[in-house]
Amino acid sequence: MGSVIVDDPVVRRTGATSVGSSILRIEDGPLVVGKGHFLDDIAVPDVLHVAVVRSTVAHATIASIDTSAARSVDGVHAILTLDDLRPVLATPRMPLAASPTGGPNKHTPFVLARDEVAYVGEPVVLVVARSPYIAEDAAAHVAIDYQPLDVVSDPRDGLLPGAPMVRRELTNNVFDDQIVGYGDVTAAFAAAKHIVADELFQHRGLGSPIEGRGVVAQPNVTDGSLRVWSSTQMPNELFNMLVETLGLEDSLVRVTCPDLGGGFGTKYLVYPEELAIPAAALLLGRSLKWVEDRRESFVSAVQERDQFWTLEMAVDADARILGIRGRLVHDQGAYVPRAVTIPYNAARTLLGPYLVPAYELRVVVALSNKVPVATIRGAGYPQGCFAMERMLDLVAVRLGIDRVELRSRNLIPASKMPYTKPLRERSGATIVYDSGDYPATQAEALETADWQHFRARQAEALAAGRYIGIGIANIVKGSGRGPFESGTVRVSASGQVSVFTGAVAMGQGLATALAQIVSDELGVAPDQVRVIAGDTAGAPLGFGGFASRQMVTAGSSVHLAAKAVAAKARRVASHLLEVAEDQLEFRDGSVGVIGGSGSVSLGELARKLRGAPGFAFPAGVEPGLSATINWLTESLTYANAAHVAEVEVDVDLCQVTLRRYVAVHDSGKIVNPMIAKGQVIGGIVHGIGNALFERMGFDETGQPLTTSFAEYLLPTATDLPLFEVSFRESPSTLNPIGVKGIGENGTIPVAAAIASAVEDALSPLGVRLSCTPVTPEALFDAIAAAREAALRQAQDGTHQRL
Amino acid sequence: MTPVEITLDVNGVARTCVVEPRLTLADCLRHELGLTGTHLGCENGVCGACTVLVDGASVRSCLMLAVQAQSARVQTVEGVAGASGRLHPLQEAFRRNHGLQCGYCTPGMLMTALELLAENPTPTEADVRVAISGNLCRCTGYQGIVASILDAAAELHEHMGTRPWDP
Repeated sequence: MGSVIVDDPVVRRTGATSVGSSILRIEDGPLVVGKGHFLDDIAVPDVLHVAVVRSTVAHATIASIDTSAARSVDGVHAILTLDDLRPVLATPRMPLAASPTGGPNKHTPFVLARDEVAYVGEPVVLVVARSPYIAEDAAAHVAIDYQPLDVVSDPRDGLLPGAPMVRRELTNNVFDDQIVGYGDVTAAFAAAKHIVADELFQHRGLGSPIEGRGVVAQPNVTDGSLRVWSSTQMPNELFNMLVETLGLEDSLVRVTCPDLGGGFGTKYLVYPEELAIPAAALLLGRSLKWVEDRRESFVSAVQERDQFWTLEMAVDADARILGIRGRLVHDQGAYVPRAVTIPYNAARTLLGPYLVPAYELRVVVALSNKVPVATIRGAGYPQGCFAMERMLDLVAVRLGIDRVELRSRNLIPASKMPYTKPLRERSGATIVYDSGDYPATQAEALETADWQHFRARQAEALAAGRYIGIGIANIVKGSGRGPFESGTVRVSASGQVSVFTGAVAMGQGLATALAQIVSDELGVAPDQVRVIAGDTAGAPLGFGGFASRQMVTAGSSVHLAAKAVAAKARRVASHLLEVAEDQLEFRDGSVGVIGGSGSVSLGELARKLRGAPGFAFPAGVEPGLSATINWLTESLTYANAAHVAEVEVDVDLCQVTLRRYVAVHDSGKIVNPMIAKGQVIGGIVHGIGNALFERMGFDETGQPLTTSFAEYLLPTATDLPLFEVSFRESPSTLNPIGVKGIGENGTIPVAAAIASAVEDALSPLGVRLSCTPVTPEALFDAIAAAREAALRQAQDGTHQRL
Repeated sequence: MTPVEITLDVNGVARTCVVEPRLTLADCLRHELGLTGTHLGCENGVCGACTVLVDGASVRSCLMLAVQAQSARVQTVEGVAGASGRLHPLQEAFRRNHGLQCGYCTPGMLMTALELLAENPTPTEADVRVAISGNLCRCTGYQGIVASILDAAAELHEHMGTRPWDP
């Protein structure tokens, strides 16, 4: 693990380090034989099943709820509205999640709808029955009398004078309106040689984990405790909100993540169901289970959805950026369940790896009668990247400059690193790009993709009537969101090494990577390390899985905790073996004399540190062979990447085929290259979905139009080329293991790179692409518009000549 | 609805259960027979996570009723490894080639791949992609899965006749 180990002369090792090698994942064994343990696999005795009755209209008051027919269905145990839950709710309204202030406010959702619904899919009634089949039968018999109200479907309409309110309690559909920026933009534009302008429509859909959400709540009527399992990326925050909303002592609540069948941001929220169902379990004194079905996921799990950008870019005579300004309208949906981040992430990300002297973006967060919006893998970064890269391509086309040359002139050179952006993070911390070589990353991607010879290949193809194109995009990604993630390393008397963390595994190989880190400090094989992630009984503090943070934060905490355990083990072993500490090494689960046979097992050391009544305790150490570290960080560490996409466009069918895809990533020190590559490729394919396929449709009345995977298209195996991924390693200087985040990075540049490539392929037609996803319909319209414009221009020309 | 008794062969074992006629095969396997390795991703036949083999052919167990499996031979992910617990070469290949991340789609992928390899022991990359094109994976971007299946095919083919995989 490079410098970190060299810095510590005491630590010696017999073999190569585990960190940095592609060991096979310790997660995989159970998963390939069907022994994973996902939410719906949890078997709780005497459990009852819940179906959720959801709003069928986008905006209405609830005049009445008639549950009599539903109650008469055989096997129904209870039908519960918000009023029914009130006796066990300290507050009917959800607290704001992941917020320093917390508490409910007039934008947070209700645990169940009160007297108004504000989007299709909003939970209104719980039906509790003997089986999920019966619960769904009965749910169909719950009669809700909705009195329709005017709907804001397009968030821009809600900004117009006289627009209806998204909720009756509002006096304004604008949740927030602020300027992000710095420098003298007016002067920059006044001094510009060229100004380009465009309007961009950016849509990002859902996280679409193949396993949906789900909750199991098990109350213990004897001691008043409550055990909750949830398929969530934020178990500690769910714990906090259960304690607050249900008014329970925190010693009585435990939240556990089972195996998660993906997350992608969808599960990075505390949802109404996650409070309503535990509340119902307490009320009824019965264990309850709710497993979301796919349609529910489409109408009630968070989405990123729509952003409307109006942008101008000013450049000098050499095409160096002088300033960027514009406006972003962000669709927030009906509620704000946790602090808004997407548009601000997008606004900051737009700057990317480029030198931008002046910047002013007005960010308007607008409410609409649709599913609430919160972060999906990428969290606004893809939109910021798309905006910047599309504007750069527009400059290149207008000025007749090669797109790479234009980027090269504007990239932050390696000599300027670390580079301080004149902007601040939400935490108030300065944005400092800590390390990386952006021009070199771009150069490596271009080299791998053979950019240099593409024009010849393109001309050849065009001569044969085929439209091929190449595109590029660069990103910088802030990663490792703090303030910390918890890490406990514990050795038991059996010798078992366990790790407890508030980090959450959604498929990233977290357990393997943390085990590798521990392995290097304690000399036990990674597959002998047990990782318990996302259980508030083992990790009472923590934040969970989001923002490409876990290897930076949990990795650092676990690394330091393992080092502390190693130091303690070494100290005690030194006394027992009567050998100086620097003559000891960790090997095969023991601390042994270097070059000698004397050793003591970690289990034995743990037994000694457990103590025994009436017997001497090892001098100078605290009991227990364990350590907990909550490594604190204020700053993000900045990863970067360059992607090159090569496409072919069928101009008749308006189909885009990906011919080749090259990704070069710098995420600092790589703990497990196999896993890291898997993260990048998975991320890219999510980005391809956003670029070409995924569109969460709504009509003007706020009715969702795409509520199955047959209508909302995820990329499939036949849509994709083989991805060429490579890594550069600029170790982070901001954490003890030199790592930077990677989970979202693959997704971020994809839509920009593909749009660039498609536009390049269609350059003979003069097509400009300003939207995502580039569906066949969108492409058809763009090609038709370009042909019409060309025709008009030709006619005008003819007219003028006449 | 009057419950119906059905008998089916699941992973080589005769199983009997009493089910409502409307119970899906997936729910029967998962909740009546305790075989929770078969996962549900969409319950309308699009995602492929619930794929099992019925009389050797891949089936969306969310779209088939348990009563339709009367007397059928059903294979699920739990029956892929040998009784001794030794992994099938396909399972080994998934581990070796990072063919899974969260593991939720994996059982359906494995069962789909087993059907492919039974029909076509030497598939091309394109064959594999077509075969799994009805199985959605949100984590891997499919590349590791394709590599896993090709690797397993090569492994199985190499030892065909000389060292057949034998649980």
